Amino acid sequence: MTQQRKAVALISGGLDSMLATKVVLDLGIHVEGINFYTGFCVEGHTHAIRNKHQARPKRNNALWVAEQLGIKLHIIEVIEEYKNVVLNPKHGYGQHMNPCLDCKGFMVRKAHEWITENGFDFIVTGEVMGQRPMSQRRDTMPVVARESGANDLLLRPLCAKHLAPTRPEREGWIDREKLLDFHGRSRKPQIALAAKYGLNDYAQPAGGCCFLTNEQYSHKLTDLFAARGKRDYELDDIMLLKVGRHLRPRPNFKVIVGREEGENNYLEGYRHQFTHLRTVSHSGPLALVDGDASDADLELAAQIVARYSQGREANQVSVSITRVGETARIVEVVPFAQDAVPQEWHV
Amino acid sequence: MSHHELNARRLLCPMPVIRAQKFIESLSAGDTLDVVCTDPGAKNDIPAWCRIHGHRILEMKTVERDIIITIEVGPRAP
Repeated sequence: MTQQRKAVALISGGLDSMLATKVVLDLGIHVEGINFYTGFCVEGHTHAIRNKHQARPKRNNALWVAEQLGIKLHIIEVIEEYKNVVLNPKHGYGQHMNPCLDCKGFMVRKAHEWITENGFDFIVTGEVMGQRPMSQRRDTMPVVARESGANDLLLRPLCAKHLAPTRPEREGWIDREKLLDFHGRSRKPQIALAAKYGLNDYAQPAGGCCFLTNEQYSHKLTDLFAARGKRDYELDDIMLLKVGRHLRPRPNFKVIVGREEGENNYLEGYRHQFTHLRTVSHSGPLALVDGDASDADLELAAQIVARYSQGREANQVSVSITRVGETARIVEVVPFAQDAVPQEWHV
Repeated sequence: MSHHELNARRLLCPMPVIRAQKFIESLSAGDTLDVVCTDPGAKNDIPAWCRIHGHRILEMKTVERDIIITIEVGPRAP
């Protein structure tokens, strides 16, 4: 009896990994999905914090893809290990703080460890040669295979015909002729294949699946490192960079102002860790202060918070300031005029 | 059969799913787990994860800001 071969597919929640998995499933391979959570992932619920995105489906696209394909999905937290990828990428960064080549190598390496531990035979990714400027080029795709340690156990079904045969192909576990020859940045072949499979409700995030490809986010991360005087972060740091309006009026502190109810509710959860401000005389946002702020700094922060409250036109706004472990004190401040908040304060 | 509770408050998805996945590894078929979370996304994600892994949602309710999802652990895959 032929041995049932098993593969693990890296599932991002996007179309390419979905199609690559479907191709391999159709060749009779048992496939399970794996998804690595780095803390920088762009997933529905980070956006769902903001009310204006509530019309979007609140789903994790990787889970949704797995369910559509009828496969299991293992979501693995790699936050600590991933720090080294972000902070010390051997192959450098892309346009922003995105270490795409190191990232892909890291994820394939983790997948390789997983198949070794779980008795699976090979790894599947949705990579397409020429699709991405850093990690999916003819010259970098072998780097991922080599540096991850997966070598010829890494199968890219969507562009396999442009690559040397992998072990699953050589050993006859799968038929190479049934694999594809996609190439380049055009999405047409993927869209056509999706239509052939009857898939039409898939995610196609414009900026990829990672916040590190986002210019504004990368800028906030760089600012965080500069303000702290060290290149390091905790999960809360990188989560908070996704939420609110960030203003740094002085090098020693930053104000994070909720932009709407959903963000205010999320920031509420951090009140016990941060000095926080809220307008009292008028409805307004919740704001956190990150850094070591003096009383004078906090009055400045209060003026900023007042600026984003319903009292922005008032002569005076009452703002409560609560330092960690202390009782709130109320200050009366004149809100900043709309054009009086220097642009360079916005991170 | 035993009943357990997992505090996943303030965690954004997929962290509640990851914590539930990890917790359930130590449970047996028929055990139940209350996952207490605050991210509304968990109301979709935890049931989706349960469906693909063969676990059952017994109840989902909201108590003030908490979302409490009760899972019955399914049989282990062979």
